[in-house]
Amino acid sequence: MTEKEFDYYLEGQTGKWEVIIGLEVHAQVTSNAKLFSSSSTKFGSDPNSQVSLVDAAMPGMLPVINKYCVEQAIKTGLGLKAKINNFSKFDRKNYFYADLPQGYQISQFKFPIVGEGKVILDMPYGTKEVGIERLHLEQDAGKSLHDQDPQNSFVDLNRSGVALMEIVGKPDLRSPEEVGQYVKKLRSIMRYLNTCDGNMDEGSLRADVNVSVRKVGSTELGTRCEIKNVNSIKFMQQAIEYEAKRQIEIIEQGGAINQETRLFDTKKMETRSMRSKEDAHDYRYFPDPDLLPLELDQDYVDTIKKSLPELPDEKKSRLMNDFGLSSYDASIIISDQEISTYYEEVAKNSDYKLAANWMIVELFGILNKENKEIKDSPVSAKNLSKLINLIKDNTISGKIAKTVFEDMIKGDQDPEVIINKKGLKQQSDPKELEKIIDKIVQSNLDKVEQYKSGKDKLFGFFVGQAMKETQGKGNPKLINDILKEKLK
Amino acid sequence: MSINKETVKKISKLSRIASNEQFEDSMIKDLNSILTFVEQLNELNIKNIEPLSSVVEQKLFQREDVVKIMNEKEDVLKNSPHKNENYFVVPKVIE
Repeated sequence: MTEKEFDYYLEGQTGKWEVIIGLEVHAQVTSNAKLFSSSSTKFGSDPNSQVSLVDAAMPGMLPVINKYCVEQAIKTGLGLKAKINNFSKFDRKNYFYADLPQGYQISQFKFPIVGEGKVILDMPYGTKEVGIERLHLEQDAGKSLHDQDPQNSFVDLNRSGVALMEIVGKPDLRSPEEVGQYVKKLRSIMRYLNTCDGNMDEGSLRADVNVSVRKVGSTELGTRCEIKNVNSIKFMQQAIEYEAKRQIEIIEQGGAINQETRLFDTKKMETRSMRSKEDAHDYRYFPDPDLLPLELDQDYVDTIKKSLPELPDEKKSRLMNDFGLSSYDASIIISDQEISTYYEEVAKNSDYKLAANWMIVELFGILNKENKEIKDSPVSAKNLSKLINLIKDNTISGKIAKTVFEDMIKGDQDPEVIINKKGLKQQSDPKELEKIIDKIVQSNLDKVEQYKSGKDKLFGFFVGQAMKETQGKGNPKLINDILKEKLK
Repeated sequence: MSINKETVKKISKLSRIASNEQFEDSMIKDLNSILTFVEQLNELNIKNIEPLSSVVEQKLFQREDVVKIMNEKEDVLKNSPHKNENYFVVPKVIE
């Protein structure tokens, strides 16, 4: 792939503008029970069926922290190459809302469990490092339904108290494209670690997006606006584009940006101010007296570190160094753990590069067309691996393999069975091929003459004829070799 | 530090406590006297003292990640002044 230049600048009336973006990602921790209670975290259960008296904030109930959620936060921190803080604390963030029965959210304000880290992005213009400011543990709120009744809102507390990791990124992102890559990379790291399923449809991953603009060349940050709770990459990108243009327009007309919280309206495709929250920003954080500080032994952190699986970046360099894949191919293979597991299954017993090629071009082509995930692949890794070996050992040509593949996707058939049934085996007997080619040469003497007098392009014609005679089954390399010999 | 009317109004709004003129005046008095009392602590030199997070000589207790059903939906909804079969029902709150 050719290296491109970064080029996301917005054209205003007074010149070019740069967009500065920082994300606060809320990732739901994969765990059985909630952060401070033993209620289940299962998604999609009957409303209010997973609510303990702790989650409903009944008087006198005390929070007890879930050890596994702490471990998950540490793992994620390590995956972000971040500093793990052996001393962290829980604070109360106070605000009133119907789906927050405690009247405060237990969060970590001054002393988060994870400090500074980084995430590496593969952009068309090279790799880009995005700083992580911190990661902290906090409780999720319940869910309000506003559309069930004209006068009332309904509250479901099943999500109340589920553990979240808030991952605060530095304002290092510069385009919607980078934001997309960043969220995908975070999600991929957490999926490898099994610390967050990253399922955006179910709200397991959502983000607050901070956007500001400045003139190209300026080094000062502009006033930012925060777009709350965006739950898809596409919406994040659309919201950023709209918001950046809105800010540029205001500034160019001589106005100033108010630092405020905004909502993205996905129907009108615009952001608007959340006026009602204007003075709700005074959260009056203070240490939660119900919880002691969270102290971690370095040994414990080290043990977790040793148990980490291979992460996307490491896997990528292994695929490039040991398997000889290109950076582009490797980055596609590692983008998702299920894809990389499938790949390694295919490549293990066949050819590394062919396996990557077949997956990226043919298999993903089919999956995209049918809107399927790799886990629903109509072709098993085992059978794809077999197909690649059949190309490799010249049983079939790459072209025939595509025909076989088309049959394979109809119910994961063994490629060998298809080849035998349809008689697609490659014709690799040089004597047989020679006979065929002799015949072609004899019946096209005029073209042979033209070829010999310098019309090189006619070589393709002869190959085509040979392929036609063998119904596409002739070994292309052999045909080439024999033809070259005959046409000398 | 002294508490004025604006601060009292803000605090009552944030804590959803209805206030009136008389309440505010008495609050200003009470809060100022509390703060003055607490401000005596400023006389101490705490330059080299770490903030105390707890007086309990104990580590944070952690529990295993095991689901336990502590109560049923009916128990949780029982205390709600306004509910239906499945949900807590509250006056419409929407941005």
